[in-house]
Amino acid sequence: MTTRSDPFAALLAIRNGDAVPWSRIPELSVAALHDVFVAATDAELRIAAFFALRRGGDAGALRMLAVLADDAHSRLLLAGAHCPSLEVDSVTPRCPQAQLFEREMHEQFGLTPAGHPWLKPVRFARPLHADPKTAASPSIGVADFYRLGGEGVHEVAVGPVHAGVIEPGHFRFQCHGEHVFHLEISLGYQHRGVEEALLGGPSRGSIRQIETIAGDTSIGHATAYCHALEALAGRHVPAHAHVVRAIALELERLANHCGDLGALAGDVGFLPTSAYCGRIRGDFLNLSALLCGNRFGRSLVVPGGTRFGIDAAMAAELRSRLETARADVTSAVELLWTTPSVLARFENTGALSSEIATVLGLVGPAARACGEEFDVRADHPSGAFRFLQLPIATAQGGDVHARAFVRWLEIQRSIAYAQELLSVLPAPAPAPSREALVLAADHVAVALVEGWRGEICHVASTDHSGRLDRYKVVDPSFHNWAGLAMALRGQEISDFPLCNKSFNLSYCGHDL
Amino acid sequence: MLRTLLARLHQRHRTMSYPDGPPPALPGRFRGRPLIDVAKCPDDCRVCADACPTEAIAIDGGVRVDLGRCLFCTDCADACPTGAITHSPDWRLATSSRDALVVAAGEELRLANVLDERLRRLFGRSLRLRQVSAGGCNACEADLNVLSTVGWDIARFGIQVVASPRHADGILVTGCISENMTLALRKTWDAVPPPKLVIAVGACAISGGPFRTNPQQLGGVPGAGLPVDLFIAGCPPHPLTILDGMLRMLGRLQRDGRVPGLTPDTARP
Repeated sequence: MTTRSDPFAALLAIRNGDAVPWSRIPELSVAALHDVFVAATDAELRIAAFFALRRGGDAGALRMLAVLADDAHSRLLLAGAHCPSLEVDSVTPRCPQAQLFEREMHEQFGLTPAGHPWLKPVRFARPLHADPKTAASPSIGVADFYRLGGEGVHEVAVGPVHAGVIEPGHFRFQCHGEHVFHLEISLGYQHRGVEEALLGGPSRGSIRQIETIAGDTSIGHATAYCHALEALAGRHVPAHAHVVRAIALELERLANHCGDLGALAGDVGFLPTSAYCGRIRGDFLNLSALLCGNRFGRSLVVPGGTRFGIDAAMAAELRSRLETARADVTSAVELLWTTPSVLARFENTGALSSEIATVLGLVGPAARACGEEFDVRADHPSGAFRFLQLPIATAQGGDVHARAFVRWLEIQRSIAYAQELLSVLPAPAPAPSREALVLAADHVAVALVEGWRGEICHVASTDHSGRLDRYKVVDPSFHNWAGLAMALRGQEISDFPLCNKSFNLSYCGHDL
Repeated sequence: MLRTLLARLHQRHRTMSYPDGPPPALPGRFRGRPLIDVAKCPDDCRVCADACPTEAIAIDGGVRVDLGRCLFCTDCADACPTGAITHSPDWRLATSSRDALVVAAGEELRLANVLDERLRRLFGRSLRLRQVSAGGCNACEADLNVLSTVGWDIARFGIQVVASPRHADGILVTGCISENMTLALRKTWDAVPPPKLVIAVGACAISGGPFRTNPQQLGGVPGAGLPVDLFIAGCPPHPLTILDGMLRMLGRLQRDGRVPGLTPDTARP
C-alpha cells in the first residue's frame, strides 16, 4: 500500500533506458491502478504510456501496463493490471489524460472502458493480430461526429486530402460564421500497422519501419528503439556513438523548428522569413546528410551505436557550417519579433492555458509554451545528455507566439549544444557488431527521447524466448492532437492553418 | 523596414543555376544506386539478399537489384563479406516503367523517357499536380516541399502543386497506400480531367517500401491499380532526384543535363 512519504511506493521506479523483468512489475487491480492514475496526475506526473497486451502464459488473458513519468524525480513508475474481463471501468472521467489511451486499447484489443465519455475510433484499424481476410476494418471517417445545432450554425469539413503537400487527416469545424466552437480531428489515414509488424521481432526490417514511423523524426524514433533494445540485450554503446546520436537529434530538431518558423511566417503572409527559413531548413538537413548520407538521418542510428562516425575533419566542417546557419537563421527569425504585423497575428491566437496543457498531458514545445517546465533531455537524460546538460526553454501564454518563441529558443540552444558536443567529441569507436541482439526473456524496457515535437516513448516487452510480444510506440503527437483541438476553441476558422503549424503534429506518428 | 532590407542583403540570391549550371554538391556519404561487383561475389553467396529489409536483391538467375524496393540503407553493403557492394553517387533514379527499376549487376539504369509528343506539348512547360499523401512517413512530402523553396524554385519550370484535382494535370503520390487512404486516392484520381499523369515518389509509393509486407497497405500505387507514368526511387528520394525525374519526363533535360530553350538569363527570376 502507499505510504505518506512516497504515495507511489507500490509502483516500480526505474530510470529512462532501464530493462526490468516482468516479475518485478507490481500487479494491481484495475481499480487500484486507476486510483494511482488520479493521485499521479494530481501530483503532476504524466502518463507516458498506457496500453494493453497479451503475453504468452496468460492463456489469452489481457493485461494493461502503465508508465508514469515523474519528471521532478527523474524516474518512471511502472504498474500492471490484469483485466478480469473485456469490460473494465474507465478512468477517463477522473483522469482525462487517459482518454486516448483507453480508446486505443478498445480499438486494439476490444477492451471496453465502461463509462468512457466518448469511445470513438482512434485509427479505424483492425484489432492487433486480427486476420485481414475475416476481420473487417471499420470504414474510415464513418463515425459519430460532434454536432452543434441552431440557426446559422454550420459545419466545415476538411480532408483527408489537403490543399498542399501535407499528410492526410480529417478535420470538422462547428462554426458560427468565422467563430469556431469546436474542432474535431479524426485520424487513421496513415495507419500502416507498425506495432503489429514489430510483434515477434526484432526482424531485419524492424528498424526500417521504426525510422519511418514519422520520417521527420527518424533519429528520435530510431534512438528510442535502440535504447530499448540495447537495454534488453545489455549492449554497451560507445561514448562516441552517444555523442553522434545527440548531435543528429539536435540537427533533426533544428531542421524542423527552422522550417516551421518559416511556415508560420508564410501563414501570416510575411514572405521574407518564410523564404529564408525554407531554404535554411535545407542547410540543416544537409548537415544530417553530411553525417550519414541521408537528409533525414536514415541508417545512422543502429543497435549498439551509430553506422557512421565523425572524424576531426567532419567535426570542423560541421562546426563551420553550423556557424553559418546560426547567422542565417538569426537574421531570418529575428525579423518575426520586430514586425508588428507578424506579432499581431501570433499573439493571443490559439492560446492554451497551462491547466489545459496539464490536464491533457501535452508534451514538448507545445507544453513548454504554456510554462510547463519539462524536457526529457533534462529530466530523464540518456546518452550524451547525461554528461552535458541542456537548459529547458519555456514561454508563457500558450499562444502561437509562445510556441514559435519556444522553438526559436530551442534553435539557439540546440546549435550551442551541438557545437559544444563537437568540441568535446570522444575518440571514434569501431562500427557496432552486426550480430543479432539477444534480448532478455520476459523483460520490459522503457526508452524516452525528446524528439523535436516532444516526448517519444517506446516500451518493449519480450516473451519467454526473448522475442517482442508487444512493442508500444507513443509519438508526441499522440498526446498533442487534443491540444490543437482545444487551441481552436473560440478562434476564427481562418486561424486554423496558423494554429496547426504552430503545433505541426505528425499524422503518421499518431497513426502508426 | 530597414531590418527587413538588411536581412535581405544578408540572405542573398540563392536560387541554384541547375540545370543550366552544375547540380548542388551532394555529400561524400550520399547513397545513390547500390552497385554490386559480381566479380567479388563468392560462389553461392546470398548474404546481401538475406540482409536486405525489403527483399530488393535477387540472386538466383543473376544478381539484380530492385530500386523500387531499395531503401538505400546500408544493410546489404554492411553484410557483404567481400565489400562487393558500394553506393553510387549518381542521383538519377527515375524511370518510366516498373521493370526498368529492376537492374542487373553491371547494367545501366534505363532512365525515364520523355512523354509522347502530344503530352509533352501539353505539359512540357506547364505541369499542375495534385499531391496525395497516402500512408508514408512524410519524408517524401518534406523533400517535395523543398522543391518549392527559393533554392530549388520548381515554379521556374512551370511545375506547381495545386489545391484541387480539377485544376491538375495529374497526381503525385507518396506513401504505401494505406487501406484507409485507398478510397480518397481513387476519388482524387477520378476527379482529375484526362489526359492525366501519375507520378509515384519513393519506395513506399512504388512498392510499399519498408511496409510492403504489412496487411494494412496495398504495396504502393501499382497495388492500388493506377497507371504510373514516372517512378522516382529513393527513401526518400533526394530533391535533386525528384527534380531530375520530372524534368526528364517533360523533355527538359538534354543528354548532357541541360535544359533546351532556356537560356541562363530566363532561367533566373
